Amino acid sequence: MTDKELQLKSIHLRKMLLKYIYKAKAGHTGGSLSSIDFLNVLYNRVLNVDTENFRSPDRDRYIQSKGHCVEALFSTLADRGFFPESDLETLCQYKSHYIGHPTKKINGVEQNTGGLGHGLSISVGEALAAKIDGKTHRVFTLIGDGELAEGSNWEAALTGSHYKLDNLYAVLDYNKQQITGDNQDVMNTAPVRDKFEAFGWSVKEVDGHNLKELEEALNSGPFEEGKPNFIIAHTIKGKGISYMERVLKWHHGVPSPELYEQALTELDEAAALI
Amino acid sequence: MQLDKIEEKDLIMGKANQEVVSATMQDLAANDRNVIAVTSDSRGSGKLVPFGQKFPEQIVEIGIAEQNLVGVAAGLASAGKKAFAVSPACFLSARALEQIKNDVCYSNNPVKLIGISSGVSYGALGTTHHSLHDYAVLRAINNIIIAAPADNFETEQSIRLAAETNVPVYLRFGKKAMPFLNPADKTFEFGKGRVVKEGEDVAIIGCGETVYPAYLAAKALEEAHGVKATVVSMHTIKPLDIELLDKLAANGRPIITVEEHMVNGGLGEACASHFMQSGFQNPFKIMGIPDEYTVTGSQVEIFNHYGISQEGILAEAKKLLKL
Repeated sequence: MTDKELQLKSIHLRKMLLKYIYKAKAGHTGGSLSSIDFLNVLYNRVLNVDTENFRSPDRDRYIQSKGHCVEALFSTLADRGFFPESDLETLCQYKSHYIGHPTKKINGVEQNTGGLGHGLSISVGEALAAKIDGKTHRVFTLIGDGELAEGSNWEAALTGSHYKLDNLYAVLDYNKQQITGDNQDVMNTAPVRDKFEAFGWSVKEVDGHNLKELEEALNSGPFEEGKPNFIIAHTIKGKGISYMERVLKWHHGVPSPELYEQALTELDEAAALI
Repeated sequence: MQLDKIEEKDLIMGKANQEVVSATMQDLAANDRNVIAVTSDSRGSGKLVPFGQKFPEQIVEIGIAEQNLVGVAAGLASAGKKAFAVSPACFLSARALEQIKNDVCYSNNPVKLIGISSGVSYGALGTTHHSLHDYAVLRAINNIIIAAPADNFETEQSIRLAAETNVPVYLRFGKKAMPFLNPADKTFEFGKGRVVKEGEDVAIIGCGETVYPAYLAAKALEEAHGVKATVVSMHTIKPLDIELLDKLAANGRPIITVEEHMVNGGLGEACASHFMQSGFQNPFKIMGIPDEYTVTGSQVEIFNHYGISQEGILAEAKKLLKL
């Protein structure tokens, strides 16, 4: 896939996730749009995973701690061939496995997540097991900025550093907003970089919508030998849709037919410029 | 007569169950490098110091952070490790409850959750250190085996079985030396209660450290009143041995349950639910710790206060039997 194709893929995945949120009349729209560029790069340029043999023991792991942005994950997995896109027609329907959070019942999903502040501990366990077994695969997790207030993250941050897990990559989707408002007004977790550095992590900051920067950071580790890697991806909640960007109600808003059409038009216009 | 003063000539005294946990885990670890102990600054209380010395590559210290203990153990289990998360039962089953529910049970990462110093083992350290809620909260979670082995044999077998079981397990052990029970049935499997003593007049169902006083009460009933009691070690609270419960209730005899747990939501209420829904109307009593601020004192003093003793169980049996 060329760089241009990868950029177009980001547009395509935005359309996909909006389509299924629109159909299901539910979803975490703003956060899915802020994290989709990361997922695009992760699955198309970084992760060593096999759609046919996903549970292969030497695969790279990806655990999405901010499980609620599942529409971004499902769209990426379907596009990558883990399951037919038509499965997503059942999103949030009675008896569908495609619920509002990731579950292992779906090919390509590593762990059931949804409760916040859980993904980093599980990722530490996976990374530790790889170190114990002398394996070279990497473990990635995506954390939301709102969930940084969960104390379990900081317990896990200690452990990642204590056991020198330089095969572990925690990525922060730093859109700086959560359901009630801006992080700094709800519970100020800044300065995040200083905190993780003080906890013994090696930290890089990137533009979370710049595919090249994301790819370079995700593939350039370990940043320092013997230190776990922390990537602060500066993002915009609702990125790519003018009326959603940084507007709180789109945390889990579903567009009207008119606004849905407008969103698609905006994405087509963006694609034409690539 | 106090529980700790009784000498039971029929039974051979063993060690504290949690010491047997450590010895069994060492045996397993020597033969399987995937066996990993995960601890929360609990290797001393878990008797795992020798384990750590012999298998330094197979012990992961997390520090005092139970949520992370269970989350990391879930990740290890997901990667194929036989992860034994060993931590005081009070903290393991309460502080880390959401990790147990989501990362272990819901995600089906087969962590072996080992609750040590369970029930009121910590005695005078008080309610912060007691686990009288663990059966109740874990019974309300799908996909977990809950067991409280009574003696050293059940303990060793439960650890060996847990290592080979591909579903989450919660096992609970105390600090007090326990005698070997001597049932006719010498096998152990999760979900199958062991009949320790047989008698048709009354049935006493215990689990963990309450089986021994139940046994002593049954002996006293027989000697003093000629009443014959069945005593069961219902080590597995979930899944409950329904078949055995049906057999016990069939002749209409009174049934007593005894547990080192709140009377709310534990072994007794699990049995009561089955009996009622199956149409049994046997005289029935749930013995355990009542819903109040727990009396202070040692484990034995707390047991005696609430009648989890030879005398207490005997008295309840006599009431039900109208003796």
